[in-house]
Amino acid sequence: MKLHEYQSKNIFSKFGIPIPKGRVATTAQEAKQIAEELGGRVVVKSQVLVGGRGKAGGVKLAKDPAEAEQLATQILGMEIKGLPVRKVLVDEASAIDQEIYFAITDDRASKKPVMIASAAGGVDIEEVAAKTPEKIVKVNIDPLLGLREYQARDVAVAIDLPRDYWRDFTKVAMGLWEVYKNTDASLAEINPLVITKEKKLIALDGKMMIDDNALFRQPELAEMRDTDEDAPAEIEARKYGLSFIKLDGDIGCMVNGAGLAMTSMDVIKLFGGEPANFLDVGGGAGSEKVAAAMRIILTDPNVKAVLFNIFGGITRCDEVAKGILVAMDEVKPKVPMVVRLVGTNAEEGRRLLENANMITAETLADAAKKAVAAAKG
Amino acid sequence: MSILVDKNTRLLVQGITGNEGLFHTTQMAAYGTNIVGGITPGKGGEWVLDGKIPVFDSVKSAKDATDANATIIFVPARFAPDAMFEAADAGIPLIICITEGVVIHDMMRVRNYLDQKKVRLIGPNCPGLLTPGEAKVGIIPGNIAIPGNVGVVSRSGTLTYEVLYAMKNLGMGASTCVGIGGDPVNGTNFRDVLEMFEHDPKTEKVIMIGEIGGNEEEKAAEFIANKMTKPVASFIAGQTAPPGKRMGHAGAIIEGGAGTAADKVKALEAAGVKVAKHPEEIPTLLQ
Repeated sequence: MKLHEYQSKNIFSKFGIPIPKGRVATTAQEAKQIAEELGGRVVVKSQVLVGGRGKAGGVKLAKDPAEAEQLATQILGMEIKGLPVRKVLVDEASAIDQEIYFAITDDRASKKPVMIASAAGGVDIEEVAAKTPEKIVKVNIDPLLGLREYQARDVAVAIDLPRDYWRDFTKVAMGLWEVYKNTDASLAEINPLVITKEKKLIALDGKMMIDDNALFRQPELAEMRDTDEDAPAEIEARKYGLSFIKLDGDIGCMVNGAGLAMTSMDVIKLFGGEPANFLDVGGGAGSEKVAAAMRIILTDPNVKAVLFNIFGGITRCDEVAKGILVAMDEVKPKVPMVVRLVGTNAEEGRRLLENANMITAETLADAAKKAVAAAKG
Repeated sequence: MSILVDKNTRLLVQGITGNEGLFHTTQMAAYGTNIVGGITPGKGGEWVLDGKIPVFDSVKSAKDATDANATIIFVPARFAPDAMFEAADAGIPLIICITEGVVIHDMMRVRNYLDQKKVRLIGPNCPGLLTPGEAKVGIIPGNIAIPGNVGVVSRSGTLTYEVLYAMKNLGMGASTCVGIGGDPVNGTNFRDVLEMFEHDPKTEKVIMIGEIGGNEEEKAAEFIANKMTKPVASFIAGQTAPPGKRMGHAGAIIEGGAGTAADKVKALEAAGVKVAKHPEEIPTLLQ
């Protein structure tokens, strides 16, 4: 789950990391009022869950409240990478001396958290990483010990931070470690962490991602989920515990198991078709879940055929067949359906579907070919 | 011979009286796996499977009474980290964690602790192990695989079944099938299992089933190129997966342009691995 900049920075602040004064607004009027309260110049920043907001024109500097209102009107009417801007953050403007990149994230390779820092922070950090990787410092953190202060100091030295800032930088680093650890974050990023003309370290921008599996013990964070970014079908699927991702093709897929679901998409493509979705009904799916999955697939008007690929293990093929029948009765689909059942109770499943007017297949390759042919009509 | 589990495995089941635990204990016992005990705190002294398997309150007491040398975990995700710590502290050298949805921060702590104790962990979020004809330690349906000389290692569940089934249809058997799981932080990676297969006299060929995300397939390719003498065939799932979207498994995500299927296929082919276009084709590449 991604958090907005304003949400991330509020969390940073709770853990002692300095952030600019500011608040979030949903109307231009509100933005003006915040600018009046702050006084002086402000930055109006679109709050959408994608990168590249600045380059898209979604971050602007205002010299007074009137201009803040005008810019907020403009930004609140924008779409950035397809996402409508519904909120803006109005922050007091900072006079910047230097921009630093600083983040803590999960490192899959070492199975440990990793602290990443660079003196060349700011909007072009991806370019820095690609072209001059030596300007990026990485230090692993022992998950059983936590971040040690000396490690933070080492990083400050490695990015050539002047000695005067080591103490403040260590505080920010220890704070960000506490943020990362206490929120079960997979990413806690400050970019940029700035040195102001007044010689202060401030987290000017923030980005966080939270491990979805940890939301059961992070109820406050779970409340913060912004579903604006998700397709309605994906939200519906989440309710039923289904893993669903909408794609652009015309062959709907229902599969048990994530690896096999991805593979079924690949095999459709291999035989000249385009998958309309990724859908994993999960292990041990009962008929109710299967029916929900089928409704979700069929709400996509692009779907011209559906492929069911079920390899029964814990999942019983007869249960899946029952779900298919329930959903067919309810949705009355008009598109052809190709079904392949293998494994636990496959025979019973096939018998249940005998009169359901479905195309059957023995192998995955065969099923994919038939689905591709069916979609082409 | 085979790797990790065989006839001599003395298995414990953590979470044995839960729905899933009991169902799969029944299946594993029916396959002939030597299950010596189970653990459910508060139910010590009870018996399951018509009085055949004793239940204990703790892993330590179960280990003391049965001299178990492996444990399989079926407890819910929020209790799984504690179950793994408990098994390691009780001195069990091999832990198989089937549980899906374990928090990554917890897994990083578990993995680093288990490494210090030199405990081997398989999973989490995995289908477990199957040494056909000897031991089924997990949820892989026993009837889809036959004994043979092909080692199978995979990050996936049902996709693995698909491959085992295709092998069986060709009369090809498996030495051991290892499901290492689909999470970004797990206990055992491809390279570890490939090394075990390389040293296992019963394994003559290897099938490796990978997917998008991370760089374990690339590391495996390096190992294959430098250290392996046995032929390897592979398949990588997720060639049509869009970047930035988590494809079901927590670990199956293309991030910042890294971890794509194309990169993995390229690395494997450069290491001399035959890469199949679809899973049913894999076994034919080893014939």
